[in-house]
Amino acid sequence: MLSHLLPHLILLLLLSPLLTGIITRTKAVIAGRRGAPLLQLYFDLAKLFRKGMVVSSTTTWVFRAGPVAGLVVPVLASLFIPFGGIRAPFSFNGDLVLFVYLFALARFFTVLAALDTGSSFEGMGAAREATFACLAEPTVFVIFIVLARVSGSLTLDAMLSSLQSHIGHPAAGVPLLLAAVCLFVVVLAENCRIPFDDPNTHLELTMIHEVMVLDHSGPDLALILYGAAMKFFVMGALLVSFFLPPQPTDIVTETTAFVGAMLLLAVAVGLVESAMARLRLIRVPQLLVGTSLLSCFALVLLLR
Amino acid sequence: MQNLPDFILIAVILLNFFLLGTSRLGACVQAVALQGALLSLLPPILSGPSVHALSLAGGAFCLKGIVIPALLLRAIRKLDINREIEPRLGYIPTLLLVALTTAGAFVFGDRLPLLAAHLNSLVIPASLSTLAAGFLTLITRRKAITQVLGYLIFENGIFVFGMLLAEAMPLMVEAGVLLDMLVAIFVMGIVMNHINREFSSSIDTDHLNLLRE
Amino acid sequence: MTSLSVTPPSPLPSAMQMLFLALACLSAGALLPLVALGRPRLAQRLGVATGLAGGVSGVVAAFSMLISGTASDLALPWTTAGVSFALHIDGLAAFFLLPLFLLVAGAALYGSGYLDATAEGRGAAFHWSFLNLLALNMALVVSAANGLVFLLAWEGMSLSSFFLVMHAYQDPDALKAGRLYLIATHLGGALLIAFFLEAGRRCGSLDFSAFSTLRSLAPPQALFFFLLLLVGFGAKAGLFPLHVWLPDAHPAAPSHVSALMSGVMVKTAIYGLLRMLSFLPPLPAWCGLFLLTLGMAGALYGITLAMLQDDLKRSLAYSTVENVGLIFLGLGLWLYSTATGQATVAALALTAALFHIWNHSLFKGLLFFGAGAVQHAAGTRSISHLGGLLRRLPLVSSLIVLASGAIAALPPLNGFISEWLLLMALLALGQAATGGTAVLFLLLTALLALVGGLVLLTFSRLAGLVLLGEPRQRGALGHAPPAAMVAPMLVLALLCVGVGLIPGVPLKLLRGAATLVAGTPAAVVLPFGPLWGFCGGLLVTGAALLVFIAHRRAAAGDARRPTWGCGFLRPNARMAYTAGSFSELAATTLLATPMQPVVSATPTTCLFPTRAAFAREAPDPVLERGLAPFCGQLARRAYLFRKLQAGKLDIYLLYMFLATTLLLAWAMVG
Repeated sequence: MLSHLLPHLILLLLLSPLLTGIITRTKAVIAGRRGAPLLQLYFDLAKLFRKGMVVSSTTTWVFRAGPVAGLVVPVLASLFIPFGGIRAPFSFNGDLVLFVYLFALARFFTVLAALDTGSSFEGMGAAREATFACLAEPTVFVIFIVLARVSGSLTLDAMLSSLQSHIGHPAAGVPLLLAAVCLFVVVLAENCRIPFDDPNTHLELTMIHEVMVLDHSGPDLALILYGAAMKFFVMGALLVSFFLPPQPTDIVTETTAFVGAMLLLAVAVGLVESAMARLRLIRVPQLLVGTSLLSCFALVLLLR
Repeated sequence: MQNLPDFILIAVILLNFFLLGTSRLGACVQAVALQGALLSLLPPILSGPSVHALSLAGGAFCLKGIVIPALLLRAIRKLDINREIEPRLGYIPTLLLVALTTAGAFVFGDRLPLLAAHLNSLVIPASLSTLAAGFLTLITRRKAITQVLGYLIFENGIFVFGMLLAEAMPLMVEAGVLLDMLVAIFVMGIVMNHINREFSSSIDTDHLNLLRE
Repeated sequence: MTSLSVTPPSPLPSAMQMLFLALACLSAGALLPLVALGRPRLAQRLGVATGLAGGVSGVVAAFSMLISGTASDLALPWTTAGVSFALHIDGLAAFFLLPLFLLVAGAALYGSGYLDATAEGRGAAFHWSFLNLLALNMALVVSAANGLVFLLAWEGMSLSSFFLVMHAYQDPDALKAGRLYLIATHLGGALLIAFFLEAGRRCGSLDFSAFSTLRSLAPPQALFFFLLLLVGFGAKAGLFPLHVWLPDAHPAAPSHVSALMSGVMVKTAIYGLLRMLSFLPPLPAWCGLFLLTLGMAGALYGITLAMLQDDLKRSLAYSTVENVGLIFLGLGLWLYSTATGQATVAALALTAALFHIWNHSLFKGLLFFGAGAVQHAAGTRSISHLGGLLRRLPLVSSLIVLASGAIAALPPLNGFISEWLLLMALLALGQAATGGTAVLFLLLTALLALVGGLVLLTFSRLAGLVLLGEPRQRGALGHAPPAAMVAPMLVLALLCVGVGLIPGVPLKLLRGAATLVAGTPAAVVLPFGPLWGFCGGLLVTGAALLVFIAHRRAAAGDARRPTWGCGFLRPNARMAYTAGSFSELAATTLLATPMQPVVSATPTTCLFPTRAAFAREAPDPVLERGLAPFCGQLARRAYLFRKLQAGKLDIYLLYMFLATTLLLAWAMVG
């Protein structure tokens, strides 16, 4: 499926900043404001890339590697999942493991980059990020296992593109729905959205991801923002493939449906963020453990 | 709509997780109410809309979904009970226990000698796991009002179990159980009121230890 | 006592000749430094030279044997013991010999820069003698073809490593660690002696070639043997819950010895288990389940405690417990799937375990070498005091970052390949099974993912706090290590990257060992092909470099300022996150109370607080809360028997008389 590489990358690279814009716009509309333009992140990125940088004098090459890993990993990981009609450019038996560990690679360098500044605040964020990832990672695995059991395959591409035909099935429907709910929670947690983290605050004692990038500026910050947008796009694509229309038609219709569903997902995230307050930090592990247990329950339901 | 009962029962099990995972008292009462209301839909769906089933459903819906939760919420408001649940055992360990008991309920449910019609249904696992959730609430939560909630969850579990015997169980027995619950709630309400007056700080069942000889 | 008649049967095969050369070098290395006892620098030079020569020739020997895939034997008649001094090298032995000799050579070179011979005085000679003796005995354990040779080498390995652990014998902690190690290793050794005696009695000979008669054992006896072996070898390998000595003993030794002990000595026990299992009849499936449960428990337990340690090397030692757990998880999966007749999964699981053995030797050796370099440079091992080393020792620190990535199984490094194989074995078992069994394996997969997350937490903490930021205590600044220490680290790092990028080659090399263990050809083909990793790695590095260069140019005029203090006026390094604070959130939210670190703090009582102290320790719960109280109770009970020891001669004579009478009576009745 290498022929799909180019449209795949174009979709990812061009569309991902739009989703962030939609989320912020949704929140603004709900709050009764007009809000920033939908393309705000594109403007931000363009501006940041042109700016100079202030780099902390304690830092080393690790500090520069963090944003790079944060940008490269989502692109690489996206190559293993289908975007609607555009099948995954690469796939092999067991690529789901690689998918999870690629994100671990990004996390490793982001955490190290945060610790490289020597700031106690960024250290705090790094510790939180690493801890909460321990809880989110098993959930992702269990969700993948549910998908693997349903589809009988261990490649992400086959798992995700055959999902729609199973979701209406009585035995698989409920576990898949539960898995989708869990995945939604994980998407929110991994992309530092409310109720786990607030992407708009800085220097609150409850924040996780945002505090890690306090010292990055200019092009580095642009890489981080762009990488975060693409990570949301990739994880969102996982979730969206649960709900795409069952009958495969032609590639254009399917991809349009996929893009539409992604936009809807962004609106849904915006609605959640408008309706909920951020959790107290102590409740975050509780919610994540609850989610892992829920995903295990989905597995038990599927296998009984 | 073949698997509507299954959806309801899964929702009931998920509510068990929520009940023992949440830290808000109000949310907990509302979840119990939702659980009761969902369960009251079951008899007509499972055994067809007979007078028996409909009256049972109506009674259960009114009592478990509306009257008792309203009473409890009123008690919370009137007695100024703290909105936070005070667990004896932390939330994460309790959640793990719920998961374990639920898994156990599934394992045990598959082993029971049941009628062929009930073999693959979720009734037994849902009932057992709800019973266990009731027990866990009673054991691991400290407040008097959560004790009441525990009994309510417990009753919900028994109600699910009764679904297997929907035809055999006389209406009067069901009604009697529901009425018992109501009386029990009243008694608990009065007791709570007294405890509140006595130990004005908080309604904590640990204080009742003072009553032993 | 060894009157070895050195008349080697000619002609020796060439690989065997190299091995013989390696063993001869190491034997010389065990004796020569003692000759130069009074001249420490000469002793050190002799020890290093012989160790290095032995290691390098051993690597050549093991490598050529792995490639040719032929087995070779060596048997010398041994006049006093009545058995032959028999060695047998096949694919399995060569598989274990390769990392062994590699790390021996590395440790010898590294040690020459690490140990200051003049400061050590006479200790240097003893150190090098014992180091070479340890290497010799480990090689003999792996190549022995006779129970007696095996046991003698095993004992020699235990004792020489004990003396190496006691290197800093003035330190009470090292003494305690050494004592615990001696007890644990001998308890395990006693069970092994029992096994070999019983096996030798049944087979009529201690030669391994005669042990094949054990295959006709009845199931209960086979099970008994299995348990003997599991406890006996498990105690040496650090299998949970027999690991209690390991986190004390490994860090107490000098770093190159820690690397040897963690990197290869624990593996000799796994070798022993695999070798002996190949003589036993097929085991029931629950043995596999038992083994994999222990492995999983050990992995979770080890990494949890590694996460909590403040001592750099102790954290690494606990991570060894975790990795041994993962290896045993793979072996358990292999036993289970063999017993249930799932041949492809069995091959997958066995390959995963074997691959992980090699990988762990590489990255754990590198990490311990790195920890030694850190200690050498900064003078402390406490993670909470270190920091900022990457700017002062860029090369060594970058290698530690790389090794941390490898142990956290990050693609495209070597750790990922074995982790992938292990997960695939679990997933395949889960896909094929139904009902409860499927849930078990699939939940194990989730637990393995949890272990993966915790490893990432542990090693990002380790690398991040030790190497990055600012030193948290004055004095922990560091000076560069000599080239002799850096060179072995570079070789290991290159291997970590190479194995990760081209996993097909090591996979082909270990196929012979897997086939020997499984008894049937066990071939695993990576679905991404041997070149996929290479392409993927290239893609990653290429893309990363491109972005890096592009944005370097964009940032040509970047400004250097101190880290933003978040509004604090005078942030200093002592306010930065420490080892304890980094893992605190995980400890409080994830761990049960008995696992949590012990905190002792003086409370502040008045408005102008006086001097306060705060300490956080994470002692081993199994030892401190389980074994130590139990043994204490046992010792108190045992005091009752002291009454027997009256100290009067007539009483002792009475005992003797009574014993003789009883024996006579027993002889009459029996």
